[in-house]
Amino acid sequence: MKQTMDWIGGIAAQNKFSGGNGLPFADAKVVWPKNVVTNGPFGEIKETIGGYIIVKAESVDEAVEFAKGCPVLQGEGNSVEVRKIAKGDGTH
Amino acid sequence: MEQEELIPHLFRTEYSKIVSVLCKRFGFDQSEIAEDIASDTFLTAAQTWPLNGIPQNPTAWLYNVAKNKAKNYLQRNSVFKNKITPGIKNSSTDLFESETEIDLSPQNISDSQLQMMFGICHPSISPEAQIGLSLRILCGFGIAEIADAFLANKETINKRLFRAKEILRGEKIKIEIPGPAEIDERLNTVLTTIYLLFSEGYYSTSQNQTIRKGLCFEAMRLCTMLIENDSTNKPAVNALFALMCFHSSRFEARIGKNGENILYDDQNTSLWNKDLISKGAFFLNAAAKGNQITKYHLEATIAYWSTQKEDTKEKWENVLQLYNRLLQIEYSPIAALNRTFALSKARGKQEAIVEAEKLKLEENHFYFVLLGELYREIDDEKSKQHFLKAISLAKTQPDRQSIQRKIDNFISK
Repeated sequence: MKQTMDWIGGIAAQNKFSGGNGLPFADAKVVWPKNVVTNGPFGEIKETIGGYIIVKAESVDEAVEFAKGCPVLQGEGNSVEVRKIAKGDGTH
Repeated sequence: MEQEELIPHLFRTEYSKIVSVLCKRFGFDQSEIAEDIASDTFLTAAQTWPLNGIPQNPTAWLYNVAKNKAKNYLQRNSVFKNKITPGIKNSSTDLFESETEIDLSPQNISDSQLQMMFGICHPSISPEAQIGLSLRILCGFGIAEIADAFLANKETINKRLFRAKEILRGEKIKIEIPGPAEIDERLNTVLTTIYLLFSEGYYSTSQNQTIRKGLCFEAMRLCTMLIENDSTNKPAVNALFALMCFHSSRFEARIGKNGENILYDDQNTSLWNKDLISKGAFFLNAAAKGNQITKYHLEATIAYWSTQKEDTKEKWENVLQLYNRLLQIEYSPIAALNRTFALSKARGKQEAIVEAEKLKLEENHFYFVLLGELYREIDDEKSKQHFLKAISLAKTQPDRQSIQRKIDNFISK
């Protein structure tokens, strides 16, 4: 927890933090077609998202550099997915 | 109290009360009249007290004179004369009296001041204008004093206040405490103004110590008014007050005999005001309600840790985590620098240097002071370069001098 807060704090100190949340595993559900609902957070595959953070980066490479600092990467088999947020203005 | 001191003292405490009641009564449309009546009252006192002696109850005397001047004004007002008096010529004089009566009871004074605070601290005028008007109307500061506090000239301040009043008139801003739906948002604006007012006094580059202490004191006084009223006594308000208590506890220790800034590590802790520290702790506890952690809560808690001089790992780990959260809520360069300093104390200089170099606050002299501090004893040459860069960017002589003292400490080693 402390490590995660430090990592986020470091990004925030550079004025590049835009938001984020941990995503607890408790009370998670998965909704399938035809109104089928199962307990989550597991989808079809055995991977699940533990949280997300929104950063302000000049490029995907800069965002990747931020991602490299994420503490979950200390766990084997963990990964951080980096995505752009679509703002519909053709740029972001 | 000697007569020469009495009127200025009363001016400071009573002017804002009289103006607030009159402004509330007359509205922003006629705020000039309200200020004129209040000023006239003190002018009359200054003229007659030397001749007739100081009245038994000076405050009551002032209130009576203010009431009479306001009454005269209202009665002379042509709308009143031509449209209303004919209609009530035959009704009891009580009605006539109550229309022109000014209520200067303690309750109406504090209600009016609170309402004026919300009227003045309104997002339609700039933050500088909000502070300027607050100082003038709520705190009884003179234009010269406000100019000194802002390091501006009197014409600038006059224009700023004039323009602000015009906008408030134009926007028809109401002088009232907002309802429950709006109050949190409007309170934010008020708290920001109070916070800026306090910061102006605490960090001011003005050399006038009396003004600086006055600004901090006024900010705390305005905050107290919010605490004393049920509808505005919110957790964030208590947190802000705690923050101001903790900071001002070090006022005496921060300024040296020659007006130089004494840095935290060099301060004489016996000059730290323990009463203010306890007061801060009390209000910080009072703020621990509700479901929101505001930036004031975080800053107040950080300020609490500042009142504990010992350099423990616990202190710096706590401060680091608090800054981590604060930066997520609201970024500021100073918070980023302080966070990095806390990081160096909690995790070591090497890690902090890495983080510091990512900050890239190249225009900010504090950035280079931090880098200078971090490189000390790791790479003294680099450290000195950073300090020199800091001096070149520093804006005031006291700042330059305190950085120079850091360099001198190296050379003598």
